[in-house]
Amino acid sequence: MSKARTSLSRTALVHVALIAYTLIAIFPVFLTIINSFKSRNAIFRNPMQLPTPSTFDLVGYQTVLGQGDFALYFQNSLIVTVVSIFLVLLFGAMAAFALSEYRFRGNTLMGLYLALGIMIPIRLGTVAILQGMVATGLVNTLTALILVYTAQGLPLAVFILSEFMRTVSDDLKNAGRIDGLSEYSIFFRLVLPLVRPAMATVAVFTMIPIWNDLWFPLILAPSEATKTVTLGSQIFIGQFVTNWNAVLAALSLAILPVLVLYLAFSRQLIRGITSGAVK
Amino acid sequence: MTDATVSEAEIEVVRRPRRWHIAVFLLPALIVYSAVMILPLFETLRLSFFNTVDGQSTFVGLANFRTLFGDARWAADFWNALSNNVIFFVIHMLVQNPIGIALAALLSIPKLRGAAFYRTAIFLPTLLSFVIVGFIWKLILSPIWGVSPYLMDLIGLKSLFAPWLGKPGSALIAVSLISVWQYVGIPMMLIYAALLNIPEEVIEAAECDGVTGWAQFFKIRLPLILPAIGIISILTFVGNFNAFDLVYTVQGALAGPDGSTDILGTLLYRTFFGFQLQLGDRSMGATIATVMFLIILAGVSLYLFVIQRRIRRYQF
Repeated sequence: MSKARTSLSRTALVHVALIAYTLIAIFPVFLTIINSFKSRNAIFRNPMQLPTPSTFDLVGYQTVLGQGDFALYFQNSLIVTVVSIFLVLLFGAMAAFALSEYRFRGNTLMGLYLALGIMIPIRLGTVAILQGMVATGLVNTLTALILVYTAQGLPLAVFILSEFMRTVSDDLKNAGRIDGLSEYSIFFRLVLPLVRPAMATVAVFTMIPIWNDLWFPLILAPSEATKTVTLGSQIFIGQFVTNWNAVLAALSLAILPVLVLYLAFSRQLIRGITSGAVK
Repeated sequence: MTDATVSEAEIEVVRRPRRWHIAVFLLPALIVYSAVMILPLFETLRLSFFNTVDGQSTFVGLANFRTLFGDARWAADFWNALSNNVIFFVIHMLVQNPIGIALAALLSIPKLRGAAFYRTAIFLPTLLSFVIVGFIWKLILSPIWGVSPYLMDLIGLKSLFAPWLGKPGSALIAVSLISVWQYVGIPMMLIYAALLNIPEEVIEAAECDGVTGWAQFFKIRLPLILPAIGIISILTFVGNFNAFDLVYTVQGALAGPDGSTDILGTLLYRTFFGFQLQLGDRSMGATIATVMFLIILAGVSLYLFVIQRRIRRYQF
């Protein structure tokens, strides 16, 4: 009896602790979003209150959509992220297949070489990357960002995907060979569909740092035509620091796509992390 | 006899043709990775041994490093950034990782209701960009808005409120804690995964021996997740000594107030890219990047060759 009671109160304590931390984690986001829908006076008078009919105001959103070219920034971010992920997945899967499927001289060495980039951040080469981009005329183009992010994403992609490709059955591939499939069709038609879950995990891991990056857009592509959402909102907010409505609206708009994607893919993402994809 | 030779000859025939497909599979990744990542990295390391003398790039040996460590104009900034960076890292290790482990331990309690919800919510800040996180906290901690004083009033601590981000003494701690808030999800998830991988039998055996509760966590579970703790430590190390974005969004490129939040990443940015009146200096930028590279390399090697080998692993 007493044991049941202690375990009950223990469970309650666990929930209290978890709820407390959950509040700390989501409160700032919540606060930003509710205040972005309020009038300037209400933001300052009652920051904690939900917007009511009398305090509801979209002036912040009007400023943001009228002033900043957010549609363009959003489009830039989308192009950079999607193309980079596509290249990381394609090139990464091809290299992972070569490393896990064939035995050739230098295989292990090649694996180690490609794994270097998991631990050493690409940022440290920025001085020479900028120099190279200037020399090839790629500064202020989205291509520069795509190249950098592809290189940045490849090491982890090769690592995770080759672990998964080792688990694809040899019998299947050999059956394909006997049926006269070329090595390319074995890769594209047999192996790729089987490692799709791992590809999804890699895509999510690759996407987050690319979408959120500020360093490379700031250095390689700061022009008006190539700004990404992250850089665009950084500069926009910097200019509108005193216009709280606009700042809160810009922040909410920046949170929105991440929030929607996260709620849609959180299962996939969390399963990816907890299944030991990252070891 | 003949059969054997025939099949050997056949193998020869099959093996002989150059297996071009291996090259085709490997090359795209190899070219992009080498050209955009590895070569620039080495080029940066090389540049740190050169400087402009009379308008010409000249080999100067270790002179750049001597300037960085000893010259009055550079050394103060550099050592300030380095020590701030060390404090930044120590705060992460002392706050972020223990909280992450504690949350993971709570979440891994069997049959906990709502575990998926807590997990999803606590991991959310990790996905937000630094720009969002930085500005949200700047607003919340701002004395103008009054959200923090109001909240502290609720728990009776209003008198303790101060504009932490604006004071040289507390700004670095405040920025570090914002970063901890954002990244606590990563150690939580990795430790959570490690805890889930502990087999039931081990825990049951412990329970049969009367080892439960706190003792069970510290004597059974914690030793079993040490490898995962090693991984989160090295991830934190690399991430912290390479950090830039959060300080830049919260405190600007000058990492104010008075350089009190300047870390190696912001110093590198100002040095090589230039800021306001300061002109960009490629050689010194490369020198700082090289120092960061060596620090990260030292940390990673320490982890791979010393810590990882000492940690006892258990095979299930």
